Amino acid sequence: MLTKRIIPCLDMTAGRVVKGVQFVNFRDAGNPIELAKKYDQQDADELVFLDITATVENRDILLEVVTNTAKQVSIPFSVGGGIRTLEDMRTILLAGADKVSINTGGFKSPQLITDCSNSFGSQCVVLSLDARKVGNNQWNVFINGGRTDTGMSALEWAQTAVQLGAGEILLTSIDTDGMKQGFNIQLTKLISQAVSVPVIASGGAGKMSDFVDIFNAGYADAALAASLFHFNELTIPNLKSYLIGQNIAVRPI
Amino acid sequence: MITIIDYGIGNLGSVANALDQLGAKYRISNNQKEISSSTGLILPGVGAAGTGMKNLKARQLDQLLKQQIKFGKPFLGICLGMQLLFEYSEENSTQCLGILKGRVKKFTKEKKVPQIGWNSVTPNNKYFYFVNSYYCLPQDQSIITGTTEYGEKFASIVSKDNILGVQFHPEKSGPAGFKLLKKFTNLC
Repeated sequence: MLTKRIIPCLDMTAGRVVKGVQFVNFRDAGNPIELAKKYDQQDADELVFLDITATVENRDILLEVVTNTAKQVSIPFSVGGGIRTLEDMRTILLAGADKVSINTGGFKSPQLITDCSNSFGSQCVVLSLDARKVGNNQWNVFINGGRTDTGMSALEWAQTAVQLGAGEILLTSIDTDGMKQGFNIQLTKLISQAVSVPVIASGGAGKMSDFVDIFNAGYADAALAASLFHFNELTIPNLKSYLIGQNIAVRPI
Repeated sequence: MITIIDYGIGNLGSVANALDQLGAKYRISNNQKEISSSTGLILPGVGAAGTGMKNLKARQLDQLLKQQIKFGKPFLGICLGMQLLFEYSEENSTQCLGILKGRVKKFTKEKKVPQIGWNSVTPNNKYFYFVNSYYCLPQDQSIITGTTEYGEKFASIVSKDNILGVQFHPEKSGPAGFKLLKKFTNLC
């Protein structure tokens, strides 16, 4: 049986891991290489690396950090931040990434998603979608590190991006990000039930039962968290033991 | 010396990273002489069957691989590299290498395709990382040495003589995957 994935996330800026609340007020959370090693040893199911200021600073991703982090892990490694061209994607895959996530660059130029998917296969193209609530049961896509409201509904963009070739969706709820009050169940359920590709829920994990809720009620295929793991509030082995006890299928330690 | 076959497709870097950690000697190549002189071959693969076969043919590797496998050289096919060993794939209606009898078909029972994530392999119940929309249907059931469920039961490991094919990615499957790779590199 396919298991639910637990994914730690390294939000990066200037070569350091950082953690914010609702995409602002960032504080330092450590060294990416040390954290990557820790998560690999703790049997994380995957590792996500996002250079969260590459787009707004209009620069390329910190490639050397990607390469060195990739060497630490024997699990799938997904990288994003500032991807604007097919060449950017090729470079990141060669640096040791298994998947590349596309956010602002794909929204501005949807053809990029198709080009990347045709060249490398949809399984390595992850749509990174940052959504914020704008009305009752209505979420819009925000780009530029959550700074700009595109006016497009998250549901519509998720469905479009899958048609364009995205093989997975990393769905971050800006409203719940860093609040530690639980994942956004409504949003995740809406998107996950509407698309034919796996959805990774992100934003808001605060305690172990939040993971049960996002899998059972939110129909998430994977759940991502950052500060909980970085600051050792929760370890992945403990979380997995708990989830097994709650009858959630996860890869045992 | 093992050769990881470079046919312009797939995650060569990840396979190389894993072999580095295992301390195995390897090179990444599509050179006919280097392939012929190596002690084992790995055909990795992330990507589509149509492009995969086209690229193998463009580099005249299709005939060479058949010959090398016939000679008894240890061979590991990963994911698409396993699927290409069979006769035909539904993906892009592709005629494949035909070294093993059987076809490759698409998952139809689960709503979410591709399958992405960690799934268990029977009989040993170890978990490995899978990313696939298609799976192999070997004609000869006796070559199936591992099976996995994704809405339907499929062959996740096949082995026949010097050939080992795995649908999952051992290079991305933590300690369980590295153990399997080590077993292979020990044969080379």
